[in-house]
Amino acid sequence: MIDFLNSIIVLLNFIIIPGISYGSQLALGALGVTFVYAILRFANFAHGEIMSFGAMITILFTWFFQSQNIGLGILPTALLALPIGIIATIILCIISDKFVFQYYRYQKSVPVVLAMVSIGVMFVINAIIRIIIGTETIKFSDGQKFIMKAKQFKVMTGLNEGLALKSSQVITILITILLLTFTFWFLQKTKTGKSMRAFSDNEDLALLSGINPDRVVFTTWIIVGVLACVAGTLYGLDKSYKPIIYLNLVLPIFASAIVGGIGSPFGAVVGGYVIAFSEIMVTYAYKKFFVYLLPSSIEPTGLVQLLSTDYKFAVSFSILVIVLLIRPSGIFKGRVL
Amino acid sequence: MMKFERYEWVAITIMISLFIFVGFIQGWSVSLVILNMCIISAIMTMGVNISWGYAGVINFGVMGFLAMGGLAAVLVSYPPIAESWQAGGRGLGISFVLLFVLVIAVMYINKTVIQKRNRYILNSLIIFFGILIIRHFYLNATHNIEDVNPAIAGFLGGLGLPIIFSWIVGGLFAAGVAFVIGKVALGLRSDYLAIVTLGISEIVVSVLKHEEWLSRGVKNVIGLKRPVPYEIDLQNADWFINLVTYLNSSKLNNIIDVSDRQQVLNNLIIDGSGIFVKLSYAILFLIVMLIIFYFANKAQLSPWGRMMRAIRDNETAANAMGKDVVKQHLIIFVIGAAIVGVAGAMLVTLDGLFTPSGYRPLRFTFIIWIMVIVGGSGNNLGAIFGGFVIWFSWIEAAPLTTFIINQLTIGLEPTNALKLHLLDSVPYFRYLFMGLILLLILRYRPKGIIPEKIRHS
Repeated sequence: MIDFLNSIIVLLNFIIIPGISYGSQLALGALGVTFVYAILRFANFAHGEIMSFGAMITILFTWFFQSQNIGLGILPTALLALPIGIIATIILCIISDKFVFQYYRYQKSVPVVLAMVSIGVMFVINAIIRIIIGTETIKFSDGQKFIMKAKQFKVMTGLNEGLALKSSQVITILITILLLTFTFWFLQKTKTGKSMRAFSDNEDLALLSGINPDRVVFTTWIIVGVLACVAGTLYGLDKSYKPIIYLNLVLPIFASAIVGGIGSPFGAVVGGYVIAFSEIMVTYAYKKFFVYLLPSSIEPTGLVQLLSTDYKFAVSFSILVIVLLIRPSGIFKGRVL
Repeated sequence: MMKFERYEWVAITIMISLFIFVGFIQGWSVSLVILNMCIISAIMTMGVNISWGYAGVINFGVMGFLAMGGLAAVLVSYPPIAESWQAGGRGLGISFVLLFVLVIAVMYINKTVIQKRNRYILNSLIIFFGILIIRHFYLNATHNIEDVNPAIAGFLGGLGLPIIFSWIVGGLFAAGVAFVIGKVALGLRSDYLAIVTLGISEIVVSVLKHEEWLSRGVKNVIGLKRPVPYEIDLQNADWFINLVTYLNSSKLNNIIDVSDRQQVLNNLIIDGSGIFVKLSYAILFLIVMLIIFYFANKAQLSPWGRMMRAIRDNETAANAMGKDVVKQHLIIFVIGAAIVGVAGAMLVTLDGLFTPSGYRPLRFTFIIWIMVIVGGSGNNLGAIFGGFVIWFSWIEAAPLTTFIINQLTIGLEPTNALKLHLLDSVPYFRYLFMGLILLLILRYRPKGIIPEKIRHS
């Protein structure tokens, strides 16, 4: 019985908790991509850099608050700076729409051209970030690092295996729940949300019904800004902030959005968790888990690892390719908010 | 034959005069280094341009095909390592044979077992146990290979042939990968296809990074043989010394003192050998570029090229006229990728080393796409022009930015924090330039600087 509990704790500690927090970050990112895709109808390659920009502004204000000795006690100061980051990200989104994307929308350009344009925007934001904050790795989480340390858990329960719970993980999960609830409530219950759904379903019909497209697009960018900034900051808080990471993060985010069914917000969230869990589960070495579970005579000698951790990124893409082959519209048939 | 319009002559003149300008300002060595990379970029751009410009097939996997080309350069030119073959050759052989058997078995089951559920169960069972067995042999073999002298070897090595053959092999490697990708993904809509090819190129690079028995992975392969002479050999070759003496005879004759004269001559020979090597590379690359350019143009003007344009402009109509759209898409995707693979092999040849971790999408996929868009998709000269201009500005952005920052902050103290910070971040301004160039071109000249010629025939 103790062995069974130990093996469960191993899974919880190394797969489930990291999976949920990484999945939440991916889900928020994928939700942002999905909004752009459903309303503006293009694949936004700049999304990773928008996330990075939000995180950068948050870091800058975190430093400012830290220098003024303003803090939240046991919570990271970044939470205090987050609203400012969100506002800055929204402004960035709206500026990029006004000066870049709007023109192509009025021209009714094909999606590929808009994707190219978003690559241009990606380069520009990328340069701005590097010019402002450089390329160094930055750790900006402060406050209490662990809610529960592995040692405390061992003492508490008397088990062999420890369960560590980082505060950044808990914060990530709580904020994600909050934000997702709000987003879905907004889409289903408010008038603006309903008009957005109508617009993504059938643009012409929505226009005929008197929905103002500029207003819909404006609201979309606000939502995208909020989601991107929060996702970027949470990712930076959990791992550490490194500007080049976010370009690599775009790929799993796209994978999540497509796997879930691009255009479907619920699908994007599910896709985020699917991708996160498969990345972690395929590359985790299960030796410890089996050592507890199996009798010592048939204990595994190897690491019992399907793929080495080097292939983390490859996993998300293999899943993407498989899903596209078997069910091209994603797990939840996408296309409409 | 090809006839150039006047604006095309202007473009060619601009390209040539840029290098002459840099040659006089920053030295001929710098100019030739930039020229070599420009030519390689132009070939990559032509490869992408063939699939995107001719047929509208998007290919965001440039980085992966380049890496395959690079791998070819290693596998062709590196001398074989006998101990590694002895240590793990057999195990690897067995695992590949088993893999082949597995594939055959799965195909056989797919053909013979009709009932869907049985087929799934049988297939998953066979694949699961097959992979378990293959892994056993494979991991043992690769482990043994990687243990052979890990500081300098630790991989299988190559064939030990002249590296110039790898340019063709690189094209074939890339074409092979492209065939598989195309079979899987070409039915997708263009923006999905972009994401999928981008992702698969990441997978290719991560395989090269971590399969050390094949490519030495992150330990890099250095010291690949060159197709051109080494500087040190040139410096000791009589004919080269005579050549340098002859070319600089007027300058040398003015120096009367013998030891001074020898000193000057030595410096000239050292400079000259570097330039000679780069010039030989440039000539080799130029030949390849012109061959590809010639055939690309020929293909574009042929009935096949016309069909490609028809498919690009209206897929449904082309399909209705009896053209096999799926097959043609696959063909053009493979051809484009093969050309990119050639460029990848040339890139590794030029550097003399293979660094899998150096393949990043920003540098090797998106920049190439900027070249295509800026140059003009559907026009081969435009592709070359884009490759030259963008690579040139990518390199020359740093000196230019330094100059601009110094001019703008001329009133500030040299120790001013803002000025120092800006000067520190000079390398990042090139991304800003690239983004702005792309956005401006897409806005004000969406067909590129040298647009596709519309033919009425």
